[in-house]
Amino acid sequence: MSAPQPQHRIELAVHEGEGDLMLVNFGPQHPSTHGVFRIKLLLDGEIVVKAVPYPGFLHRGVEKLAERLTFTQLGPIVDKNDYIAPMTNEQAIFMAFEKLLGIEVPRRARWMRTLFAELQRVASHLLWLGTFALDLGGALGGGATVFLYCFRERELVLDLFEEVTGARFHYNTHTMGGNRHDLPAGYAQKVHATLDVIAARLVEYEHLTSTNRIFDVRTRGVGTISSELALGLGLTGPVLRASGVDHDLRRDAPYGAYDEVPVNVMTETSGDCLARALVRIREMTESIRLARALIDGMPEGPICGAKAIKTPTQFKAASGQVYVGIETPRGELGTYVIAGGNERGAAPYRLKIRPPSYHAMSVLPYVLPGHMVSDVVAILGSLDPIMGEVDR
Amino acid sequence: MHWLLWSVVIITVLMTTTAWALWLERKLAARMGSRLGPTMVGRHGLLQPIADLLKLLQKEDILPEAADGALFNLAPILTAVFAIATVAVVPFGEGVIAADLDIGVLWVLAFGGLMVIPVWMAGWASNNKFALLGGMRAVAQAVSYEVPLVLASMVPVILAGSMSMTDIVHYQQQHSWIALWPTLPGLPAFLLFLLASLAESNRIPFDIPEAESELVAGVSTEYTGMKFGLFYMAEYIHTLVSSAIGAALFLGGWSGPFAPGLHWMLLKTLGLFVFIYVVRWTLLRFRQDQLMRLAWVWLVPMGLVLVFMAAVVVVWGGA
Repeated sequence: MSAPQPQHRIELAVHEGEGDLMLVNFGPQHPSTHGVFRIKLLLDGEIVVKAVPYPGFLHRGVEKLAERLTFTQLGPIVDKNDYIAPMTNEQAIFMAFEKLLGIEVPRRARWMRTLFAELQRVASHLLWLGTFALDLGGALGGGATVFLYCFRERELVLDLFEEVTGARFHYNTHTMGGNRHDLPAGYAQKVHATLDVIAARLVEYEHLTSTNRIFDVRTRGVGTISSELALGLGLTGPVLRASGVDHDLRRDAPYGAYDEVPVNVMTETSGDCLARALVRIREMTESIRLARALIDGMPEGPICGAKAIKTPTQFKAASGQVYVGIETPRGELGTYVIAGGNERGAAPYRLKIRPPSYHAMSVLPYVLPGHMVSDVVAILGSLDPIMGEVDR
Repeated sequence: MHWLLWSVVIITVLMTTTAWALWLERKLAARMGSRLGPTMVGRHGLLQPIADLLKLLQKEDILPEAADGALFNLAPILTAVFAIATVAVVPFGEGVIAADLDIGVLWVLAFGGLMVIPVWMAGWASNNKFALLGGMRAVAQAVSYEVPLVLASMVPVILAGSMSMTDIVHYQQQHSWIALWPTLPGLPAFLLFLLASLAESNRIPFDIPEAESELVAGVSTEYTGMKFGLFYMAEYIHTLVSSAIGAALFLGGWSGPFAPGLHWMLLKTLGLFVFIYVVRWTLLRFRQDQLMRLAWVWLVPMGLVLVFMAAVVVVWGGA
């Protein structure tokens, strides 16, 4: 399979015969770019001829910052990367550090992390569904209604997190060798009660969206990504699975508790916005099933490794390099760490984060041309980009 | 002189109704989205429209440097004037009408059609690409939906044999609501009228000219303060008047038992208005080409068939 020809060096000078094209700066201050993101669109009437994405407006230098901080200090920093699913960032980075330092994570901690990851997936996909409806239906209309419903349910999941960690958003609950906060008493009932509510309402959302005729005509055949293009550009997660590639790290390279609780991977074949929506909506149902299984089978035991690392001196022996990839709601979140050994002290020599939605965005110049302005918003929304992790 | 009196009364009532129709919509939308809506200003937020108006009046009036000043300022005024003009021929009761023109239906359609000109003016004069795209969309949409709207309105005109709104209501008093009988051209014509009115007044699922998730705010992107307020108001007046005209043409206008005619007319108007907003806060938005396809492939032929049926009913049905 050959990689697609790189097309990112698109000449933006107006060529002969393009004199009638209109150049529109879509963003960075645009309501539907999911944060601050800019696309230069060359329009022929309403049809996109060229599209050039410009990320980088939310760049915070996280990777450089990591070279100055000790391993344990990085949890709350990476929390802000994928700010819709913060817990998965912590999970990814600490899994990498633990592998680097050879720290064993207790079974209960692994189960808890997996439970949080699945709840986080439900919350993240709910937010995606809400914002996607907002993109399709407008902030002053049916879209806003769906959006508010999704937020209502997302709040319930955040309540669950708050109960454990005390925070609703930036949890800082993962740490080296396990978790900081144990599950409170009676947590299982609360999880089940919340999931009951969400499972019942997911049916309503399907009526408002995927089985809705207008939703169907707005998404079917729009923004089709072939499996070749998806693989060539390194797309992962629901976007890849919607293009017919059956790939999910939770099943293919199990981590946490996924080796004990098998995952059913949801795929679609058509690769359009509708397929991506359906994959995510089904993944929510699947995550609810997984979360129920995880909370029911939650083992007893310690939640943090027996030899928890407390002082920076203990890091100094660390050297070598590791890559760990986990399946976040958006796809493969890779963490590549090079430890500096004694020379660098307790900080990583280099940290590289591979954010799934950055790679998802790279598909824009390929799929946008030929679509209408309305579809630009739909396609962008269907990729579920989070600028925090795109720009880091 | 009674028409002058009624004009003053109707315009005053219309403006106030528009303000509280806005409140009603906000409450409705809030309830649909499991929210409370305005609660802070007055009981149940009933004074919210006044607060909104005061806020809009205080906002800085910005004229973009590259904008065409004259057109830019004229557009919101014209929009509001045209929207208010349509109400002149709406009969709210026996004799409660600002101007009982014998071409009432034509007047309404003409001013409804004219509405697109200030919108395009605004889109062009703003010198903003999003506004321009919005203006282009608005023109394309208005041109498409004017046709089925006219065709649907022709059905009651043909049945009643008059273009005067009062005559059409009288016809319905003697026979029955046109939406009910004759059912075949009547009910589909009513639905067609509703659909086309939604598109005419830029309501979801046909609000693509302002499509805020795509075009920021469409033609009103560059407008601030009361100029934006005028666009906003015109939109609501347009929706309200469309509901009133729908009620007069198809739902028997002021006719109804037990209560005075005015009550019935207001009730029917409000019913249609609420329906439009329930649709708005439920559905998503069409894409422009899908909208055009719907208009030209389905609605226009349907309208032609309905007009033909109405003619058949009149000639052979003995209506």
